Amino acid sequence: MSLSLILSQLLNGLQFGVLLFLLAAGLTLVFGIMSFVNLAHGSLYMLGAYFAATAYNHTESFTFAVVAALAGCIVVGMLLERIAVSRLYGRDHLDHVLATFGMMMFFNEMARIIWGVQPYFLPVPEMLSGTVDLLGISYPAYRFAIIVVGLIVAVGAHLLMHKTRLGMLIRAGSVNPQMVGALGVNIKLLNAFLFGLGAALAGLAGVMSGPILSVQVGMGEPVLITTLVVIVIGGIGSVSGAFYAALIVGIVDTMGRAFLPTLLRDMMSREAANAAGPALASMLIYILMAVVLALRPQGLFPARRT
Amino acid sequence: MQLSKFIPALAATALMGVASLASAQVKVGLTGAMSGPVALLGQDQYDGFMLAVEQLGGKLGGQAVTVLKEDDQLKPELGNQIVRKLIDKDRVHAIVGLGFSNVVMASVKPIVESGTVAIATNSGASPLAGANCAANVFSTAWPNDGAPEAMGKFMQDKGIKKAYLMAPNYQAGKDMLTGFKRYFKGEIIDEVYTQVGQTDYSAEIAQLQANNPEAVFAFYPGGMGVNFVKQLSQAGLLPKLPVYSVFMVDGTTMPALRDAAVGSVTGMMWDAVLDTPENKKFVQAFETRYKRAPSQYAAAAYDAAQVLDVAFKKVGARVDDKKALAAAVKAAGAEITSVRGPFRFNNNNMPVQNYYAFSVVKEGGKVVTKQLGVALANHGDAYSAKCALK
Repeated sequence: MSLSLILSQLLNGLQFGVLLFLLAAGLTLVFGIMSFVNLAHGSLYMLGAYFAATAYNHTESFTFAVVAALAGCIVVGMLLERIAVSRLYGRDHLDHVLATFGMMMFFNEMARIIWGVQPYFLPVPEMLSGTVDLLGISYPAYRFAIIVVGLIVAVGAHLLMHKTRLGMLIRAGSVNPQMVGALGVNIKLLNAFLFGLGAALAGLAGVMSGPILSVQVGMGEPVLITTLVVIVIGGIGSVSGAFYAALIVGIVDTMGRAFLPTLLRDMMSREAANAAGPALASMLIYILMAVVLALRPQGLFPARRT
Repeated sequence: MQLSKFIPALAATALMGVASLASAQVKVGLTGAMSGPVALLGQDQYDGFMLAVEQLGGKLGGQAVTVLKEDDQLKPELGNQIVRKLIDKDRVHAIVGLGFSNVVMASVKPIVESGTVAIATNSGASPLAGANCAANVFSTAWPNDGAPEAMGKFMQDKGIKKAYLMAPNYQAGKDMLTGFKRYFKGEIIDEVYTQVGQTDYSAEIAQLQANNPEAVFAFYPGGMGVNFVKQLSQAGLLPKLPVYSVFMVDGTTMPALRDAAVGSVTGMMWDAVLDTPENKKFVQAFETRYKRAPSQYAAAAYDAAQVLDVAFKKVGARVDDKKALAAAVKAAGAEITSVRGPFRFNNNNMPVQNYYAFSVVKEGGKVVTKQLGVALANHGDAYSAKCALK
C-alpha cells in the first residue's frame, strides 16, 4: 500500500465529500429551518444534470450548461415551493415524506418522457479534460476542479451564514421561526429563497456530476440516501455540520471501498474476502451512522440552539 | 376536437378494436424491465420485436398477432406474477423477453409447468442451460458466460499475460468472470467486485492503476458501464491500458459515452456494424423507425420474432398444441437467417452462435465500432452436456 495510492484515495474521498456537501447543505437548510423533509431533493440534482446536458448538447458550451443548470433548478425549486411545498409546512413529517416521495416519482417519470430512457451525454469541459500527475498516479483534472468548487461554495456558505443579515435570519429562523416572523421578517419569502438556494446547490452538484456519472433517470435516489446519512451524522440544520460530515462520509466510503477488501484478504481466504469485502464496504457509512446515533443522537456538529 | 370530427374518429377506433379482436389468432406476451434504470433494455426488446412484426405485416406465421407488453420492473416476484397472468388469464401462445437472469429464474417454474413456449431475449442463465433445461424454454440472446468466454479467448490469443478483472458483486458478475477464466490462462492480478449500482469508481480505478496490469477485463451493464468507462477515460487510462469488456460498451451506452469509449474492445454475438445483408436491413429499418441505433437486446428480440414467424407457420392451425409449437421453435432456430450471422439452438435450447470482438474507434470525427474478428465461432456453452434434452 503505497503513499501515493493513499493520497489519491484521500483525494477521491474529498471529491466525493464536497459533492455530498453541496447536496447536504441544501437539504439541511430546508430540513433544519422549515422542518421540511424533502425527498425530492435528489430530483433537483437529477434535473440539474439534465438541464446542463441539454444546454450543452445545444450550445457545446460548458459555461452555458452550468448557467442553465443553476437557473433551471432555482426556477423549478421556487415553483415547487410555491405550488406544493409551502402548503405542507404545517403538516406532519410523514405527510412531507409521502408528498415528496410522490414528487420524486413524478420527476423521474417526467424526465423519462422528456429525455427518454437512454443515458444522456455531458462531457468534461475541454480545459479540464487532462490529468494531473501526482507522485506517479495520474488524477483527473476535472475531479480537482470539483474539490475546488466545493470548497469555494463551503467558504461562501460559511460567510453567508455568519457574516450577513440574511444568514442571521436563517440561523434565527432555524431556532424559532414564529419569533422571527413576529419580528416582522417575511418568513414566506425567506422560505422561498432558502428553497431556491437549496435547489441551486443541488443543481450545481448535478452539473458537476454529469461529466463523471451517467446522466439518467433515477440518478438522484442513491446519492440522496447517502446525503441523508450525512445530515444525520452532521446534525440536522447545521451547514457546517453538513460540511464536516460530508467529508467524513466521503472519505470513509472511499477508503472502505479501496482498502477493506485488501485488508480482509489478510484475515480470511481470498474467496471469502472477495464476497465479504464489497458488502462490508458498502455498509460502512451506515455502521458509522449507527455509531454516531448511539453516542450523539443530535449529530456530531449540531446547530447551536442557545 | 370538434364533435363532428370526434364521432367518426370514435367509431373508427371502435371498429379497429373490434376488427383486431376478431382476427387476432396468435397472442404473444412480451415482458422485460420497461421502467427504472434499465428501461432502455426492455424498450429495445419491445421495439426490436415489434419492428419484425411490422415488417411481417402485423402477422407471425401468416396469422394476425396481438402482442401484450408487460413491465417486470426488474423484480423477480413481479416477473413471476406477470408470467402466470400471461399463461392463465391471457392464454398467450408464446412469451418473449423474460428480462434479467434473476427474473427469468423466478418465472421459469410456471412456464415449464404449463409448457408454454418462452424465448428469452436478454439472458441465458446457466442453470437453465444445464440440468434444469426445458423443452419449451429457449434463448435467442446468449448463455450468460458466452461473451466473457469469447473475450477470455480473444485476450489469450492476443498474448496478454496479466489481466485485472472487475465486475459488480452479484450472480451475473461472478458468472462473467468465471466464463472469462475458462478461456484465459494468463495471470490474474486481481478480481475486484464492486457494489451493484455503484456510480463512482474512483477508488477502484486508483487501485487498478497502482496494480499496473497489462489489460483490464470488465463487466458493467447499463449506467454502471457509462460511469466506469467515463471515469477510466478521465483518469487518462484508456489510451494506455487496453480495456476489454462485455455488456458495457454497446448500442445502449455508446450515445452517452461518445469519445470516452474510444479504444475499448468488446465481445458480443452481435453489433450494428456486422456486415451481412440481413443485419444492414435490420439496422437501417430500426434507425428509420425509432430514430436511434439498436442494441443487441433489440437484435435478439428481432430474431425471436423471426423464429416465432417460422414456428407458427409450421404448426399452422395447431397453434394451441404446445408440444408441437416447442418442437417447431427448436427447428425454426436453424431455419431463420439471423441478423447475427450463424445461429441455431443447441440441444439445451441455448444459442449456438459466433462471438465477435469489436473495437470502438474514431473515424472522420465520428465514434464508430469496428469488427476485429471472430473470437469464438459456432460456440455453444459449457453446460449443454448436463441437459437431458436431445
